[in-house]
Amino acid sequence: MVKYFLGQSVLRSSWDQVFAAFWQRYPNPYSKHVLTEDIVHREVTPDQKLLSRRLLTKTNRMPRWAERLFPANVAHSVYILEDSIVDPQNQTMTTFTWNINHARLMVVEERCVYCVNSDNSGWTEIRREAWVSSSLFGVSRAVQEFGLARFKSNVTKTMKGFEYILAKLQGEAPSKTLVETAKEAKEKAKETALAATEKAKDLASKAATKKQQQQQQQFV
Amino acid sequence: MNSVGEACTDMKREYDQCFNRWFAEKFLKGDGSGDPCTDLFKRYQKCVQKAIKEKEIPIEGLEFMGHGKEKPDSSS
Repeated sequence: MVKYFLGQSVLRSSWDQVFAAFWQRYPNPYSKHVLTEDIVHREVTPDQKLLSRRLLTKTNRMPRWAERLFPANVAHSVYILEDSIVDPQNQTMTTFTWNINHARLMVVEERCVYCVNSDNSGWTEIRREAWVSSSLFGVSRAVQEFGLARFKSNVTKTMKGFEYILAKLQGEAPSKTLVETAKEAKEKAKETALAATEKAKDLASKAATKKQQQQQQQFV
Repeated sequence: MNSVGEACTDMKREYDQCFNRWFAEKFLKGDGSGDPCTDLFKRYQKCVQKAIKEKEIPIEGLEFMGHGKEKPDSSS
């Protein structure tokens, strides 16, 4: 399950001022959590667009309950890539930003489009979308599936047990000995639980693979 | 702002200065040719890419602009 965010902001400055400021915004009083900034790729395309990839490292601030749950993540900063396309001819800029570590815990992706404000050509508007996802959702689904499967196999045992004791109390000669019938029921329940565990394992690994696939991109 | 490679910060700042000037005075005004910063950029990149490898920062093989696909508002 993905959490979605959509927002819009306005900067009361012209598009060219904003685009120039974009490359100079660190450090600023509000960016104490940003530790390093590096351009790791840059090129001008034949159609005069500037493509850049910026690598940022940021502190990994979590609430205390999260630090207790995910102690392995506490010590490591977050690495973030910000890809951008500046199109001066159309006076727009598009950015895509996402974290490349701590991804098994959570991935945040942000896509921004900067363009001239529709009401005031001296202003710049930013349309911002974000997606917050976590593969922990896959784990909780696997736990639920396993719990349900085990419960169902226990229901089978319950009913077989009932049928057995009712037959005995009503004087019917049991068709098998006590030991044989109980053994049979146990085997059947074991098979059901095994099938359920396989399904749960498969679900969990699918969730993990899906996350991995989303991180491993193809070569350009 | 510091570089992820401590030794690269000065090179980064030099390159940034050159880039910011070219970006505002040339590129945004439609003159995207003749980038005067290529040498500075090469020097800076050599340093920073080395630091990235040393710190094992996983920036390899990631498609530009991420997934590029249209993402749904919510999905399971």
